[in-house]
Parts: sequence; C-alpha cells; structure tokens
Amino acid sequence: MQITTDDVDDFATGATVLGTGGGGDPYVGKLMAEQAIEEHGPVELLDPADLDDDALVVPSAMLGAPTVMVEKLPRGTESLDAFRALEDRLGREADATMSIEAGGLNSTVPIAVAAALELPLVDADGMGRAFPEVQMVTLTMGGISATPMSIADEKGNSVTVETIDNDWAEQFARTTSIEMGGACMIATYAHTGAQLRDHAILRSMSLAREIGETLRTAGETDRDPVAALLELTGGYELFEGKVVDVERRTEGGFAVGVATIDGLDGSEGERLRLDFQNENLVARTDDGTVLASVPDLITVLDAETGEPITTEGLAYGHRVRVVGMPCAEQWRTDAGLELVGPRYFDYDVDYRPIEAIHGDAGDGETDDGGTSDSDSDSDTHTR
Amino acid sequence: MNDTPTDRTLRLGIDVGGTNTDAVVLDADDEPLAKTKTPTTEDITTGILNALDDVLEASGTTPGEISYVMLGTTHATNAIAERRGLNEVGVLRIGAPATESIRPLLEWPDDLAAAIGDNWAILDGGHEFDGRELNALDEAQVREHVREFLEAGVDAFAVTSVFSPVREDHEERVAEIVREEARAAGLGDADGDPLPISLSNEIGSVGLLERENATTMNAALTSVAAEAATAFVEAMDERGVEAALYFGQNDGTLMSVDYALEYPIFTVASGPSNSVRGAAYLSDVENGIVVDVGGTTTDVGAVTDGFPRESSVAVEIGEVKTNFRMPDLISIAVGGGSIVRPAGADGGEGVEAAGEDGGAARAAVDDATDDADAAEAADVADELAVPAVAVGPESVGYRLTEEARCFGGETTTATDVEVAAGAVDVGPVVPEIDDATIAGARATIRERVERAVDRMKTSAADVPVVVVGGGSILVPEDLAGASEVYTPDHYEVANAVGVAIAQVSGEVDRIYSLDEQSRDEAMADARRQATENAVAAGADPDTVEVVDVEEVPLSYLPGNAVRIKLKTAGELER
Repeated sequence: MQITTDDVDDFATGATVLGTGGGGDPYVGKLMAEQAIEEHGPVELLDPADLDDDALVVPSAMLGAPTVMVEKLPRGTESLDAFRALEDRLGREADATMSIEAGGLNSTVPIAVAAALELPLVDADGMGRAFPEVQMVTLTMGGISATPMSIADEKGNSVTVETIDNDWAEQFARTTSIEMGGACMIATYAHTGAQLRDHAILRSMSLAREIGETLRTAGETDRDPVAALLELTGGYELFEGKVVDVERRTEGGFAVGVATIDGLDGSEGERLRLDFQNENLVARTDDGTVLASVPDLITVLDAETGEPITTEGLAYGHRVRVVGMPCAEQWRTDAGLELVGPRYFDYDVDYRPIEAIHGDAGDGETDDGGTSDSDSDSDTHTR
Repeated sequence: MNDTPTDRTLRLGIDVGGTNTDAVVLDADDEPLAKTKTPTTEDITTGILNALDDVLEASGTTPGEISYVMLGTTHATNAIAERRGLNEVGVLRIGAPATESIRPLLEWPDDLAAAIGDNWAILDGGHEFDGRELNALDEAQVREHVREFLEAGVDAFAVTSVFSPVREDHEERVAEIVREEARAAGLGDADGDPLPISLSNEIGSVGLLERENATTMNAALTSVAAEAATAFVEAMDERGVEAALYFGQNDGTLMSVDYALEYPIFTVASGPSNSVRGAAYLSDVENGIVVDVGGTTTDVGAVTDGFPRESSVAVEIGEVKTNFRMPDLISIAVGGGSIVRPAGADGGEGVEAAGEDGGAARAAVDDATDDADAAEAADVADELAVPAVAVGPESVGYRLTEEARCFGGETTTATDVEVAAGAVDVGPVVPEIDDATIAGARATIRERVERAVDRMKTSAADVPVVVVGGGSILVPEDLAGASEVYTPDHYEVANAVGVAIAQVSGEVDRIYSLDEQSRDEAMADARRQATENAVAAGADPDTVEVVDVEEVPLSYLPGNAVRIKLKTAGELER
C-alpha cells in the first residue's frame, strides 16, 4: 500500500497502543511523517514477501529522552546523514528502511525517513511493541549486529560506531545522543531481505494501522472500542479503574515508576499495581497475582474513548481500562525472555503467557474457529 | 474596619455567559449582598452596564463603595471558536537547524491558520536541554524576517525558542529586535511595546509545538482582549466605579487587566473554574465534587483544597493541541432545558422510546455516550419498575421561556418535570405530567449525574457534592456516592461569586539540574519565582502560599535534571 497523509493518524494511534505506555509520543513522528509526505510524496509500505533475498534493509530510529524529543524536534535531514555514513561503511546503498519498534514514536518516524530518503518502508519491525533499549529486538536473537551503526544530529554531525555486541552499541548510542543534545537519529541493524523474513516481526506496521482504524471507527459505529481492539489483537481486559497514585523516579536513565489504579465497575474494591520502566512491564493485583507481564503488551486506555495513554500522561484521577495483549512468539523463547523477560527488568516474576493466565474466556473462539478470516490473519500478525 | 457607607469595601463579580450575564455584590466579609441575571448582549459594554446597574440597584450600593470588580468572560474562547477578531501573527520559531521537520501551524485547521495570516519562519538559535546554545542567534536573519512580516502587515508577534523554559535569552533578544524594527517602521511611540509580542517561556512549558500553539493563540487574541478590557474599563468609568479591575483565568484565579491584555489566552475556559471556586466557597466544601447544572449541559468537576482539579490530558482549543492548565471536567447532556420524551406518550412503546433519536439540535457530547445513556435509562427503568424516559441530549437552551410547557410552550423539558412535581415554581403554567413519567425522568437524570460524579471521584468513599447553577433543582438530594449534597445559598450565581472571591496566582515551570544545587534549593528558587509572579499579578505578599507542586524527573538525561512546576496563590491586596 501507499502511505499518504490520511493514513498517518491511524498508524500513530496504533503505535501508541503497541507502545505499551512508552516508546515516546508518536504525535511528533506523526507530524514529521505528514510534513515529509507533503514534501516528498507517499511512502510505499512494502510487504516482506516482496523483498529480494539480498535486498539491504536499514532500520532507522530516533533515540533520546522523550522530553527532549518533544522540544528539540528533528531537522528532518538527520537520517540522510546517518544513512550516507552507514552506506559508505557498508559499500552499498539501502533498498528499504524499517521501524525498529512497532510502538511509540519510532514506529512513525521511519515513515518520515522513508519519505525523505525516497525508500520503501518494510511492513515489519524488530519488537512488535516498544522496548527501551536498542538491543531488545528479535534481530539480536537472529545474530544480526546493531553495528556498524550511524548516529547523526541536526547540526550535521555523524558518528559511526562498531562494537563487539549489541549491548555495547546501546551504550555508545546513548552516550553520543547526550552529547548531541539529548536526541539524535540512528541507522542500525542493517540486514538482508532473507534475514528480515526469518528474524523480524512481520506485518506489524499494518497491524498498527488496523488498530488505529479500529479505534477510530469503533466510535463511529457505537462499538466498544476496547472490545474491538481486544478482538483484533487477541488480548484481554485486565482491569478498569481510576489512577489514584503515580510514583516516578529516574533510575539508570529510565523513567521508572508505579501507577496505582483503584477498581471501578467490574473491578470495584480491587487495586492494580502497574510497574513501568518507560513501558508498562508488570500488572498485578494487591495480593501479588500477576495479571500480565513483559514481554506481553500492557496498555492503558482512556475508559471512555479507548485512546491509549502513555506512562508520562498517566495522572491522578484518570479513568482508565488496562488491557493485556500477547507478544510475538519470538519473545517467548528462552533467548527472548533472557533479553526482555520480567527478570531482565529486575522483577521477581516468572513469565506466563497472557493466554495461559486468562485463557478460559478466549480459548474456545481462537482455537476452534480456524476457518474465519481473522484467525488466518492472526498467524501473520505479532502473535 | 470602618463601616461608613462611602468606604470602598465591596466586591463586584460579573460572569458573562452565553445566555445570561450574572452579577453579584459581596460585602467586606465576602457575603453576597445582591445578585442579578441579565441577558448577555452583543455589545459588550451595554451588557456589562446593564448587569452593573441592576446589581447596584438590587444591593442599594453606590459605585463609590466598590473596591474590586472581577469579570469572567468567554470572549477569547468565542473568538477562537468563531475565528473572529483575531490578529494576524508573525510566528517566529528560534531553533534552526533543529525542528525544521515540523513547521509551525502544520496541524492547525486551515481556516484558523488563514485567520491569523499563516506567517511563520524557523530561524537560527535556541538552546539544548542543559542550557548550551543549540545554535547562535542570527540577528540579521531575525531582522530580515521581522521586517518582512511587518511589511505583510502583522498585528502581533509570537516568539518560541527551543528550550526557552530553560533559557529565555534568545526569545528576549528577538523581542528587542522586533521592538526596534517596529519603531523604525513607525509603529507605536517611545514607551511600551509598539505592538504585542508574546514570548513562549511566559506562556507554556516544555513541549515545543504545544507551547508555540498557545503562544501564537495568545498573540492572536490581544485585540479581542483589548476590546473586552476597554469595554470593561469604560463601563466602570461611565458609572464612576473607581475600583481595581480583574479578569478571571482558567485555573480559577484572577489577573489584572494589564496582565489580561498581555496574556489573554489564560482567560480561555475560565467559566468552569469560576463555578468550581464559587461552589466551594458558598458551601465551605474544600474537597469534593461540583455539579454545575446549566440549560443544556451539566458540568461535573472536582474541587481539591478549594481549587479546581486540572485535567491531565492535552487540551485542544479550536482543534489545536496546547499544554494548558484546564479544569478536569465531564460534561453530560442534562440541563434545565433538556427535552424529556416520555416513553410512549400514548402508553405502550416502553423501553424502545428511550433510544430514539430526536431531530433537534444535539448538545456537544459524543454519540457513543448518548446511546449508552439511553440504554442505561432503560436498564434503570427496569430496575426501578418505572417507565424508561429519555432526557436530552436535545435542549431548548435559551428558548426555555418560549418553548417549555411551564412558559406556555409545547416542549416538555426537565424543568417542566420539576414544576409538574411541585418541586419548583417556574413560569406561569403548571404542566400536567403523569407521576410515572416524572419518576422515570428523575431516575434517568439521577443515574447520569451519579455516574458522572462517580467518574470524577478519586476513591470509592462517599464525598461531598455541591450543586450549583440555574438548573440545580434537577439533582436529587440523596445522590449515591455523595456523603452529603449541598445546594448552597446563591447557587444560581456561583460563577459570578467564584470570580469575585478568586485569588491571584503565580506559576513557574522550569528544569533544574540537581547536580548544581540541592532539591531544596531548586524548590526554594521555584517558590521564590512563583511568589514574585503572584505579587506581580496583584497578590498580597503576606498571603501567598504554594498551592500546587509537580516534579518530573527527565528520563535519559544525566545531571539529575528535574522539571519543577509550582503554583502559588494569594489574596488580593486590600
């Protein structure tokens, strides 16, 4: 499909849902994409099946502090510099770009990058959601290196780093971004079309767009937007209530905190504790029962409109519904959980897939009805 | 205290609403002496004069006794909504080469951008988060664009520099250049600004686009503000009121006329804040829920320590995203003029009738909610064994006195239900409405108000609920979730009382590095600056207190950077 300015809103809404509270506000990425498409024309969203085996795919992303990224907006040419530096190093030109994450700011920024570079955007990503660190991509498990990585700022500076592993790449990128004023653009994880099909999460961008469309049209058709979202993603409503406390602090460079939500309606008298580190990571009740945990997706939605709310937007008095959605299967392997499981984030929680925790209600439908369209689609999405 | 009648000890509060202009005179102890409602007029001065004359006569006071006059208006709100009377603005963003990927006014509706002239430029300059210069300010480049905009005939400038909440130097310097160039072009005189210049660091917080939007709207509104302020000042002069004059702002506090001329954006949506403050004052309830029942809608807000609780989500004004402080409100389509459709007027249609959609104008609430309301009315009716009755969202609004049955009209409104029930005496006619319909309509209203109150509560515990506004009679006294329901004296003019008793406030919103100073030092600095701002706005320095503090650690950044938002408020100097 061609991504036009009319589609960008839906991508942004879907990206916020998949951003699980973090990933940065896609609003900035959305406006960047709109202006870039106005200037350079529509962007081709390329299905992974249509990619040549040896095509060079270079994912792009904005890196930095969310507060900086909403204040010092990009120039728009950073990605040109980053790609030029990386292409020089690799000795060949990129055939397409891709989003590193399907959630948050960095799912919409590559639309602007693709427009500016006049490259197609592959319908895939490396997380199926948002995560705080560069190495937390399924590409890492596929042995694809984050480096050579090029980092560029709005002033025209660019730095190319070569590291021994992806953790080091994260370190250097982070340090460089601070020198560059707290925000920069990166080109990283260069890989081939064949590698992409094996190791990336496929068709997650079109899922983001569908989520956005679903939430938008649910309002028009009087459908409960949350129910529509859960049907599309195979997720579960975990809790409904009111935010009564949000505790935040900075730890190791991340916005770490806990939101306390008191139950309303169906959840009256109960209390939810939602731990976040940029993204929502663990949802549990007062007695410690885990309702969902990372890498499954936990997203907070406005109780009335179904609009997703980021952890920075969470505040006292907000009336919300908390939903959990299954993550990509790649994350449920031992290697995946080592990279992004609850213990990586220092929670003493054993990961259990969300379907196993809440399975009773939904299992019948998903397992038995194998012939419907939505079920056959589900194999190609992030589940 | 001296009690000779010529002493200037009285306060006058005036609230200009869409339908009525309410006025109230408060004595030295802030007790209402008189209250009036007069129709709002197209000509601002006439409306204010009418309200002033009526309330002075009703209170038996003379203009010489009035020490303060406070005005709550919707002029700025309406000007944006109707794209009327807006200035052409030269929008200068300082931050290139950064920020060029999203130009100013990109997400504004085309007609609103056109109404302010669509003049913008992104110029070299700005700062990094830590105060380093992002780029040097290119003064020649600034001058060139300022001249170009002046030649294009702009009425005002809006200047937004990257990270100006951390370092405002570039905005200040650009303002100087604008003044120099404007004077060189023959505008203004030697004193004061030759034309309005709005600087973003004085308007909003971190978040470039939202701050730039608010700053640009502020610059667009200065003529509208000047018009309202002139009308206000002239009306007072004409009747010999030599009082200090204030405008209400959207956080429930006051600003001087001079301040309002510079920062008109802060008068936008001051009405709901005034009603929350007025309700809290009249009822002595400092923490609870306020239900303000108007003609078409009911606003449900929360009062925390006497102030309106602010919304946590981005607030859109004229479809443009801003980062304003605005009261947290739920509006439901229930009011004194709401049309009541008895289920099956001929008996029999029952539940279905509740979901029917009338053809009249709908209130500004989203459809999903309406239908949920209607469905809920049916559920409630089932439970209580009363007929399902739909109330609203259609309303006769200001035509109540022509169309409502109690005034001889043909439309059954929520007010008619209460007149028929004998709960209130409004209009010359007592309409015949059967008991079952009365019970059904009341059940529907009760359910909706109770649900809105519950949504505004912060815990499951019962809380005090204060009911104000002209349609207060609609709200039952035994509301679920309420520890007590107060309908205080003078409930119908709570807005005017709210603006009359309001305090003046000062705010600060800055990023501090806690490597260079302790948290206590940073807080003290914020408190000092916010206090200075409150005193500058007219507060008595001895009464200024901190009313709100918010600390946001800035993730990813070294140097333990923290953003502190702090607000103070104090009594007006007597």
